[in-house]
Amino acid sequence: MTQRVAVVRFPGSNCDFDTLRAAAHVGAEAYFVWHRDTDLRGADVIVLPGGFSYGDYLRAGAIARFSPIMHAVQRHAVDGGAVFGICNGFQILCEAGLLPGALVRNGGLHFVSKPVDLRVERPDTVFTSGFAAGERIRLPVSHGEGRYVADDATIAQLEGEGRVVLRYLPEAMGVEPNPNGSTRDVAGICNASGTTLGIMPHPDRAWMPSLGSTDGLRFFTSMAAWQPAVSGRP
Amino acid sequence: MSYRVHVRVMPRAGLLDPQGQAVEHALGTLGFDEAGGVRIGRAIELRVRASSAADAEARARRMCDRLFANPVTEEYTVQVEGL
Repeated sequence: MTQRVAVVRFPGSNCDFDTLRAAAHVGAEAYFVWHRDTDLRGADVIVLPGGFSYGDYLRAGAIARFSPIMHAVQRHAVDGGAVFGICNGFQILCEAGLLPGALVRNGGLHFVSKPVDLRVERPDTVFTSGFAAGERIRLPVSHGEGRYVADDATIAQLEGEGRVVLRYLPEAMGVEPNPNGSTRDVAGICNASGTTLGIMPHPDRAWMPSLGSTDGLRFFTSMAAWQPAVSGRP
Repeated sequence: MSYRVHVRVMPRAGLLDPQGQAVEHALGTLGFDEAGGVRIGRAIELRVRASSAADAEARARRMCDRLFANPVTEEYTVQVEGL
């Protein structure tokens, strides 16, 4: 079955084409949905791409979460549909309450744009099934607000339920470590069922050799291989 | 009735505020050794139509809960003045 993948475009999204092309590359039927739309047109998977929706006004993702399309995204997520937030998409998912916690200003204040080393903690989500548990990968990050924070109870719950999907590697020789001071080196978390995932690094910028890394490709091949229990199609 | 509402949003106590730290460091460099504990937040002013000052405050607090502040990382105060 060909996966139908809706890439949501907000004013200020700038990784929308990269994400669309990566999804199409793995054989998905990928298409854009505008933030003012209300219909996801039978999507199996929704991707909220990176960028600076609404110029990051107020807080990153704070205005985008009130876009008309977000009602449909909420419904899709609650019904068990797959949702993938990349960078600004992760920030939007947190602001919308679809994932717990928040992403705040990097510890070092600088906007960080560079490849980082990561460990895939969970290979049993919709978007990471193609990885081995504990596999080390390298992906670019590009953000000013990527430091994940949450209250102690939420962190304990995420760790207890194994919902930290992607972690920056701690400082060590030869490693590009946690770039933003994120709590417990969190780079990505999922919901309880592993169908909604938010990550700060950009697999959409690392899926063919000419991009310098192909480690991002498997997020998309995993997604394409996913069999939804309930299709969003009418 | 219209009221002028002043909202002040601050990072929660205990949350690392790198902006505040950087500014505190800059103050030290300028010789303001007496300064410490710098924290940086956001001020929002708006006009609110309401039946009373208390009503205006209640409405502004709902705006804070839904939009102006992220309860995970920020806390806020609301001040109301008549126009």
